[in-house]
Amino acid sequence: MYRVAVIGDRDSIYGFASLGLDVFFAENSKEALPVFKDLANGEYAVIYITEQLAEGLAAEIEKYSYLPTPAIILIPGLRGNTGQGIANVKKSVEKAVGSDIIFND
Amino acid sequence: MATAQINPTRMELTRLKKKLSTAIRGHKLLKDKRDELMRRFLDMARQNRELREKVEKAVIEANSKFVLASASMTPQALSSAMLASKQEVYLDVSKRNVMSVDIPVFTVKTRTPDSNDIYCYGLAFTSADLDTAVTSLSDVLPDLLKLAEIEKSCQLLSAEIEKTRRRVNALEHVMIPETREKIRFITMKLDENERATQTRLMKVKDMVLSNAHGY
Repeated sequence: MYRVAVIGDRDSIYGFASLGLDVFFAENSKEALPVFKDLANGEYAVIYITEQLAEGLAAEIEKYSYLPTPAIILIPGLRGNTGQGIANVKKSVEKAVGSDIIFND
Repeated sequence: MATAQINPTRMELTRLKKKLSTAIRGHKLLKDKRDELMRRFLDMARQNRELREKVEKAVIEANSKFVLASASMTPQALSSAMLASKQEVYLDVSKRNVMSVDIPVFTVKTRTPDSNDIYCYGLAFTSADLDTAVTSLSDVLPDLLKLAEIEKSCQLLSAEIEKTRRRVNALEHVMIPETREKIRFITMKLDENERATQTRLMKVKDMVLSNAHGY
C-alpha cells in the first residue's frame, strides 16, 4: 500500500497534514534534497512538491519522470511560484509531438 | 559506401530480402503504434492541462485561506492543531496497459470512511477560518490525485512516443533504404556475373566451333 507525500515550506503545506497526507517541511532546495531522495525511493506513489523547491531539484525530479512510480507533481506554494508545473506539461507535449500544439492559443 | 563489405551471394540476397520484409512490417506496426499513442496522448495532455489549471487555482485559493486562518491564530495553536491527523490517505497502485506502456491507476483509500475526520483538532481553540481552509483543501484532493495519475501517464506516454518515433524514423530513413540499396547491389552483381558467364560461354563456343569446323 502506497502513501502520498507533500514536500514544501511549512506555511504552504501544513494544511495537507490534516487531510492525511504525509508532510515534510523543507525551507529550501538544499534541505529538501535528502528528504526527496528518501521519499522517492520509499513507499510513496505520489510526491507533491512546491514549485519553489522543485526549481532546485529539477535534475533529481527528471530522473523519476520515466519510472511508473513515484509520480512527482508540482503544486503552487505561498511564494516563489515559477509556473514550472504547467511548463512541464508543455514540455512533455513538445517532446511527444515535436512542437507545442496544446498550449498555443 | 557500406556496400563494399557485402558478399554478393544468393544466400546473402535471401537473407537481406527477409530482413527487408521484416523491417517493412515492423515499420508499419510501429507507425500504427505511434499514431495510436499520439491520439491517446493528446487526449490525455488536454485533460492534464485543464486539470492542472483547475488544481493550481484551487490550491492557491486554499493557500490564501490558510494564510487567513494562521493570521487569527497563534503559530503554536496552529501547529498543535495540525499535529495529530486522524485521517490517512493510502493509494492502491495498479497498472493499465496502454499500447505496451504501463500507466499507473490510483485507487484512493482512507483510513477512516468518515469525511469529517479531516478536522483533527478541537473546535474550541481554532478559528473558523481554519475549518474553511481545510475544507477547501480537501475538496481539491480528489483532483490532485487525479492530476498525479494523468500527469504521470502523460510523462510515460510522451517518453514512449519519442522512443517509437525514433524507431519509426530509423527504420524508414536508414534501415529500409540501406537494405534496399544492398539488395540492389547484390542483384546487379549477380546479373553481371551471369552476363559474364554467358559471354564467356559464347566466346568458348565460338572458339570450339572455329577449332572444330574452321568457321
